[in-house]
Amino acid sequence: MMHSPHSRTPLRVAVTGGTSGLGLALVEAFAARGDHVAFVARDAERVARVAREIRGSHGVVGDVARKDDVHAIALQIGGALAGLDVLVHNASSLGPVPLALLADTACEDFELALATNVLGPFRLTKALLGLLAASARESAADGAGAVIVNVTSDAAVTPYPTWGAYGASKAALAHMSRIWHEELAAHGIAVLALDPGDMDTPLHAAAVPDADPATLKRPRDAAREIVDRIDRERMAAALSPSEPAIALAPGSVT
Amino acid sequence: MKAAARPVQRPADARLLVVDGAGRIAHHPRSALADLLVAGDLVVANDAATLPASLSGRHLATGATIEVRLAGSRSLAVDDGASFLAIVFGAGDWRTRTEDRALPPPLTAGDALSLGPLTATVVRVVAAPRLVELRFAGAADAIRAGVARHGRPVQYAHIDAPLALWDVWTSIAAQPVAFEAPSAGFVIDWHLLEGLRQRGIGFATLTHAAGLSSTGDAALDARLPFDEPYRLPAATVAAVRRALDRGDRIVAIGTTVARALEHAAARPGGLRPGRAIADNRLGRSTRLRVVDALVSGTHEPGSSHHELLRAFVDATTLARIDAAVASGDYRTHEFGDSVLVERGVAPRCAHAEPRSNLNTATLASRLGKVRTTLPA
Repeated sequence: MMHSPHSRTPLRVAVTGGTSGLGLALVEAFAARGDHVAFVARDAERVARVAREIRGSHGVVGDVARKDDVHAIALQIGGALAGLDVLVHNASSLGPVPLALLADTACEDFELALATNVLGPFRLTKALLGLLAASARESAADGAGAVIVNVTSDAAVTPYPTWGAYGASKAALAHMSRIWHEELAAHGIAVLALDPGDMDTPLHAAAVPDADPATLKRPRDAAREIVDRIDRERMAAALSPSEPAIALAPGSVT
Repeated sequence: MKAAARPVQRPADARLLVVDGAGRIAHHPRSALADLLVAGDLVVANDAATLPASLSGRHLATGATIEVRLAGSRSLAVDDGASFLAIVFGAGDWRTRTEDRALPPPLTAGDALSLGPLTATVVRVVAAPRLVELRFAGAADAIRAGVARHGRPVQYAHIDAPLALWDVWTSIAAQPVAFEAPSAGFVIDWHLLEGLRQRGIGFATLTHAAGLSSTGDAALDARLPFDEPYRLPAATVAAVRRALDRGDRIVAIGTTVARALEHAAARPGGLRPGRAIADNRLGRSTRLRVVDALVSGTHEPGSSHHELLRAFVDATTLARIDAAVASGDYRTHEFGDSVLVERGVAPRCAHAEPRSNLNTATLASRLGKVRTTLPA
């Protein structure tokens, strides 16, 4: 920051699934440029370790798939960051592991995929929407809005056999993102569904155990692309600082 | 008045008692709120999320079971999350009426309290037997995690089931700093915000750490509200200034908003963005500088929220409001019905000059708006 010609106000960023794979790479990427990051993951020891290793990051233990965890997670994010500009829903469930034909997929595994990949982002977005909308109102003067990223997959578009629970849940997430984007644009919040591509992550290893890691994208590269995209989308999402009543001539409302 | 016992923020049949600046009373469905406002109005709400401020545990010296209700904080600074003003009860929970609750064991400075995963120390006894300042041990993130997981929303015996955080967070809940829900904001949903926008009505927020509404101790209740920290965003200050300059109506959603805006406007130098602590009390002698109308719950005479209405209306009008609320079967408490009270025009003109930045023309236009918006 000291060498940057434009001193930048640090962003307040929350990332789910932040202790491995793309989530961890995103936490590292934001923290490395001085942003304030809160991350969420289920395993308390791993959360504590990442929070220790990444200076200035805030670890939150919780499971976005559990309804009872969501507000406790939101409270800790809002409390630690005192605001929120960017929310990345990265935590994902594959559904059945190993992957299974839909006809062989246990209902419980399908439900888990929906809870983690659709309901979790839905609930956590709702719980954090007040913070994001406040950010958009307050940063309109700086020409910036707030951004929600839902990490999705080409499996949401292409019907790959055995990817049924994951693909269907990510398709729902992607469509929810589009609707939310329309509904929240007037509040200065952009909602994106981003497909980072096939990466060398624990999730990919669980899905495709014999994949050659060398052929896969590095999470760090995908994270950098997403951070750049978020920066651009924040500018595009900005509310006009002019207030609604400005077009009315004085006295015309009486 | 009867208590609203079900934790539904926006019941379909919620009602709104509307009092215009001339003291005329009308009854509306609360869902019609946006229709009662006009282009140019500025709606200001408190976006504080509510902490689960009730923490059960033990007083270590005696082993006694206690319930601690966090009741206030000195600041909204993130790193200042360890010290709180708190009310301590003995055994029991919200099912017992607050005024019937068992007292805690005698508390003295230095006493250790074990509250689930948290440990706290009594820093000082502010008002024996139950008001103390306490300090949690540990790092800020760990304290927040402990409160988030172990705490329950503060609630009272008129509600028929345990509350979850989602019951008490408003639709716009942002930074978690309130100890009880800023419940006037329950009226707000995203559909309402959409309606305001379409009508050219402004919307802004501040964050105010709403405190407890009841302590169970009459002497303490008389001291409510305690000092409450708040934060005014620069965008909100700009919107309020614009409205003041133009003579547009400023509508506070909730008593906390009115308290914060009036506190900020009364400071030397006037409204400015940032953090402050509201130590003011709105009442009969208050000269309102900012807020033109207030949306609030229906409150029982004698409560501090009820007293606050005297800043807006004279005693005769308030008595008529009380009678209308009683005879109209309005529901009270945080999930109850609401009132929209516009500040009285006549009493203001009788003994106070219009505020300095309001010229006669804008005042006339303001009164014109009132007449066209609020059906008699």
